[in-house]
Formats: sequence, C-alpha cells, structure tokens
Amino acid sequence: MTAIVNVSLKAGVLDSQGKAVHHALDSLHFEGVEDVRVGKQIVLQLTETDKEKAMVEVTKMCEEILANTVIEDYKIELI
Amino acid sequence: MKVTILQFPGTNCEYDTQHAFEELGATTEIVWHKSETIPADTKLLVVAGGFSYGDYLRSGAIAKFSPVMKAVTEYANNGGKVLGICNGFQVLTEAGLLPGALKRNDGLHFISKHHTLKVENNDNIFLEKLNNGDVVNIPIAHHDGNYFIDSDGLKELYANNQVLLTYSDENGSAKNPNGSVDSIAGVCNKNKNVFGLMPHPERAMEAILGSDDGVKMLEGFLAS
Repeated sequence: MTAIVNVSLKAGVLDSQGKAVHHALDSLHFEGVEDVRVGKQIVLQLTETDKEKAMVEVTKMCEEILANTVIEDYKIELI
Repeated sequence: MKVTILQFPGTNCEYDTQHAFEELGATTEIVWHKSETIPADTKLLVVAGGFSYGDYLRSGAIAKFSPVMKAVTEYANNGGKVLGICNGFQVLTEAGLLPGALKRNDGLHFISKHHTLKVENNDNIFLEKLNNGDVVNIPIAHHDGNYFIDSDGLKELYANNQVLLTYSDENGSAKNPNGSVDSIAGVCNKNKNVFGLMPHPERAMEAILGSDDGVKMLEGFLAS
C-alpha cells in the first residue's frame, strides 16, 4: 500500500513561501489566484495491507516526526 | 566546571563553542550523538549550532531521535542546565524541551550578520550578568529562525518571564529580521534550566572580532 502524506503550515501560520509564490504568479499575470500555500509531500511504500492499521501507523509517524504539529497540519491518503 | 557539547552529523559550531567556554575557564567535552550517555560531571550541556542531518525534513527534526537525546531529555528533566544555540534551539523545540517552533525566515533568505538584541528577562542564570533592557550585539546566522508560538503559548511565556531576548535596534526598540512572533530571539522553559536562542553568543567573545557581548551570557553558566 502507498501512503501519501501532505504536510503544510496550519491555517493562521504565515506561509512566507506561499506568499512569495503568489507574488511570482501575480508578476506573471496569472490572475484569479486568491491564496497560495506551499507544503511538502512524503510518499511511503508500506508492507501493511490493512487500511485501518496503516492509517493508525502513519498517523503515529506524522505525530512523532513527519509533521511538527506546533506549526503544521498533515493529511494522509492511502492508495 | 564541565561543559558538554553535543555533535550531530552536520553540527558545525561545536569547536567555536568549545573554544568560547575554554577561554572562560571551563573544561569541555564534545559528545557524538550516538552516545547513549552524557558525562556524569556535566554542569552544562550545549546543543551547538549547525545543520544537523542537513536540516532534512525540518531543522532539528531528525536530530531529536538521535540516541543521545534520551539522555539529554532525562538530564533536562532532572534540572540539568541545557543551552541550545541556533540549530540547537531548533533541536530543543523539536524535542519538546522548549515551547514553540522555528519557521523559515519571512524574507526567505539566509541571514548572516551582527544584530542587536534586547535583554527581556534576566531572572535566570543565562542572563543574570546583564540587566533587563540592556542591548547586546550578537551575530545571527540562520535560515529557519522565525520563532512561532500560538497566542496562548505566548501569553504563558510572558506570564513566566520565559522570553529571554528580542531582536532590536541599537536603542532597544523592536527590529525584526526574520518575522519571529514579537521579535523573539530566545526563550527558556518554565523551570528556567533549558535555554534556546537563534543568535550565536559563542561568536561574540572578542571585541577585535566585532563584539564580546557573548562573554557575559556564557559566564552566567560558569558562575552557577
């Protein structure tokens, strides 16, 4: 099974990289972009085949190391 | 007095830190991160600056799982004095020994220059040789020095006098190089035995090299 973990700064925590990208898009005349958030994606190949168990395990990984929950949120997708 | 300095792969300020403390009369020992113990006679443990594990994932995120960190946490929880400088500060926040987190600088640039700091609270061994309101000149060198803490956490920091230093101009008015909440440059834990700051006091030990304002900071530990 593959787990895709998306980590990004929490809403309310200023994302300076997102702001810079937004500014660049403006400079390139891409209109209609309201907000930009930059995050990172971590892709894990798991040996676990049970989705529920995998979700529990990957959630633990996120809480312990993959995200810093003081400033970041994470989303897990299993495929 | 024995100062123990931690060394992770990517640490690069351990020898500066060692030199600074030895100039002040301390004996020092550099301990590799694989060690599961720290010297029993350690009176101060320093997590030195650098780029532990290449700052992969997040600054300090991987270092917190090094074997030595269990001993560090135990040492801190037993009241041992711990000082994290720059990457060391990042490691200590990641390890949960200090509140808050360090984000990418708002301007996205690595900043390396001398900066003035204002002493906010000197009721701790780190800053006891300075007065509140004093302005010191200490180099900064970081990419991820943008201190963040949520509003409840910030209130708690102020309530317990845990804000140690803020970035300021030469007159002590706030001047923020990196976007830190309330221009915070350094904090301590509630028990005032764990200290962290982004600036490098160990690089401000000789006036001929730009500033010797770091001496009074590091001396605070030696006096105790």
